[in-house]
Amino acid sequence: MRIISQIGDWFDQRLQLAAPIREAAEHPVPRNTASWFYVFGSAALTVFLLQLVTGILLALIYVPSASEAWSSLQVLNHEVTLGWFIRALHGWGSNFMVAIVLIHMVQVFLFGAYKFPRELTWIVGVFLLLMTLGMAFSGQVLRFDQDAYWGLGIGASIASRVPIAGPVIVKLMLGGPIIAGATLSRFFALHVFVIPGMLIGFVCLHVLMVLKLGINEWPMPGRLVKRATYASEYHELTKKAGAPFVPYAIWKDLFFAAFILLAVAACALYFGPFGPTGRPDPTIIQTVPKPDYFFLWLYALLSLLPPSMETPALLIGPVLVIVGLLLLPFLSGEGEKSWRRRPIAVLTVLLIAITLGTFTHLAGFTPWSPHMSAWSGDPVPERFLHGATALQRQGALVFQAKQCRNCHSLGELGGQRGPALDSVAVRLTQDQLIRQVIQGGGNMPAYGKNLSPAETTALVAFLETLHPAGQAPARDASRDIVLRESSAHP
Amino acid sequence: MLNENKISRRGLFMKLGIFFNGLVATALAVPVVRFLMSSITRGRAGAYLSWVPLGRVGEFPEGETRLATFRNPYVMPTDGKTVDTACWVRRVEGDQFQIFAVNCAHLGCPVRWFPQSGLFMCPCHGGAYYRDGSRASGPPERGLFEYPHKIENGLVTIQAGELFTPGPSAALTGKNPPCA
Repeated sequence: MRIISQIGDWFDQRLQLAAPIREAAEHPVPRNTASWFYVFGSAALTVFLLQLVTGILLALIYVPSASEAWSSLQVLNHEVTLGWFIRALHGWGSNFMVAIVLIHMVQVFLFGAYKFPRELTWIVGVFLLLMTLGMAFSGQVLRFDQDAYWGLGIGASIASRVPIAGPVIVKLMLGGPIIAGATLSRFFALHVFVIPGMLIGFVCLHVLMVLKLGINEWPMPGRLVKRATYASEYHELTKKAGAPFVPYAIWKDLFFAAFILLAVAACALYFGPFGPTGRPDPTIIQTVPKPDYFFLWLYALLSLLPPSMETPALLIGPVLVIVGLLLLPFLSGEGEKSWRRRPIAVLTVLLIAITLGTFTHLAGFTPWSPHMSAWSGDPVPERFLHGATALQRQGALVFQAKQCRNCHSLGELGGQRGPALDSVAVRLTQDQLIRQVIQGGGNMPAYGKNLSPAETTALVAFLETLHPAGQAPARDASRDIVLRESSAHP
Repeated sequence: MLNENKISRRGLFMKLGIFFNGLVATALAVPVVRFLMSSITRGRAGAYLSWVPLGRVGEFPEGETRLATFRNPYVMPTDGKTVDTACWVRRVEGDQFQIFAVNCAHLGCPVRWFPQSGLFMCPCHGGAYYRDGSRASGPPERGLFEYPHKIENGLVTIQAGELFTPGPSAALTGKNPPCA
C-alpha cells in the first residue's frame, strides 16, 4: 500500500491534479439534488463513453468504402468473434443516447435549470443534442445498406430544396454528382472525426460549467430566480443545506449509469445488431427504405404535410426550433423554476411528446404508403363474393388486377393510402363510383385511360355489392323520381 | 513603466508574428477550400454529364415501360455497385421514347412500375405517377424526372451522370416536367 501511495505522490508532484480533482468531487451540492431525477446527464455521458469505445472497436474491422463497407459489416456480424455484439452495443447505445439526451433535456427544461446563470450550459446542451442527432444520422449512413443509400437520397432531396444554394449543398453533401464512394467517405469522416471531436469539446465545456455554476437546486414553487440575488441565495443554500457531491449524490449516478449500460447490453444481447439490410445497389428497386427509429417522426411528417407546405416546413421549421431552443434562456431567464407553476412549459412538453409519439407510431405501419404487393398477395375475402354474379366476380378480378388493393383495404387487408372499401357502396352511389374511378381526385389517380368500359362496368358492379348486410347501398333519390315520372308519362 | 502609447520591441514582434501566421493561414486556406469545394467546381461546365447507351431500340417493345440499368459515367475506384443506376424506359411508339429516373420527385425513393394499372408507385410516402410520368397523386409536386435522350445508330442514349433531386438542380433539361 505504501508503494502505491508513493507512486501516487510521485505523479501528483508532477501533475498537480489531485487537489483540483478532490475539490471538484467534494464540491457542495444542495442536499435535495441527490435525486433520481438528476441522473440523466451523467447517464448520457456514460453512454457516450460506451459509444467511443465500441466505435473504436468497430473501426478495427469496418472498411469505409462503398464497395467494401457492406461486406465488412457481414464479416463483423458473422465471422469476427462477438463482432455482432459490439455492433449491437453500438447500435443500441445510439438509440439509448438519443433517448437519454432527450429525457435529460426535458428534465432540465421542467426544472427550470436553463435559467440564470446556466443559460450557456443550456445553449451548449442544445448543440450537444444537435451533434447527437448528427451522429445518429451519419451512423445510419455508415451502415451502408439499402436504407442508408435511399436515406441519403432523401437527405439530398431535402437539401436540394434550399433556394439558390440547393444544388451546391447537394454536391457538397454527396461529395460528387451521385451517392457513391465519396459520399460514404465523407460521412465516415464526419461520424468518426469531426462530430465526435466537437462532442468531446462541448461535453467538457458542459460539465465544466455544471461544476463552476453548481448543479441546479431542486425547484421550489414560489422561489423565484432573480439575477441580482441568485448567486448569494445559491451559495447560502449549498452552505446551509449542502453536502459533498462525492459521495452524497454520486452513488445514484453510479447506480443509474450501471443500470443503463446493463440495459444497452441486454437489448444488444436479445435483439442483436441493426441490419445491414440489402446491399446498397441502386438497381435493386424492390425496396421499402425506412429511417432509423429516431427519424421515423420525420418520415411521417413528410408524408402528411400538404405538398405546398413541405419545402417551407423542411427549411424553416428546423431553423425556428433551433433558434427557439437557443433563445429560451433569454426569453425566460428569471422567475419561477418549478414545473408546478409553469403550466405552459408542461403543456408544451406534453404536446411535443404526444406529437412525436403519434408520428413515430404512424410511421410504424405507414398508412400513407401503397402496399406494393397487396394486389397479388392479399386475396379478396370470400365473404365479399358470396352469391356474386359473374359480372361482380369479374369486377373483383379487375379490382385486384388494377392494383386498387395496393391503396384500398378489404377485410383489413391491403393498403391504407385510400379509404377502406368494405362498405363503400353505402357512401357512394353508382354514378359517384364511376366518376371516382374514371376521374380520380381526392388524392386518387384517374383510371379512365387504364380501364375499358367493360372493366369499369364490372368493377363498379363489384363495388356496389360492398355494403354491410342489412344496410342499403347509397342511391340517387332524384333518379327514382325521374324514372317514376318517365314511367307515368311514357 | 512603459508608455502605453508606445509599441515595445517585443510587442511589435508579437504583432508581426501574428500577422505572419495570418498570412500563411490565408495562403494555406486557398488550397484547403479548393479541395473541399472540388465536388462542386468539378461538376461545373457539365463535367459530370455524358451520353450513355441504354440498349438497342428493338430491346424495348412499343407501348411498354421497362427497367434498364446503366453505369454512371463518373466513377471512382471505390464506388462499388453504387454507380449502377436504374431508369424506366417507356417506348411510346417508333422512335418516340420517355426515359424516367427511378427517383421519386418527392424525396428520391425508387418508384415501381405497375403495367396493369399504368401507374408508377412510390413505396415511401405514397407518390403515384401516370404512364407518361405526370403526377397522379401523393406528395410529389411535379412529374417524374426525365433524362434527355436521343436515338443514335439504333441505340437509345441518355444524358446522365447526376442524381435527380426536386430542387433547382433537377432542371437538367431546362424544360418543365409534364405536370409541373
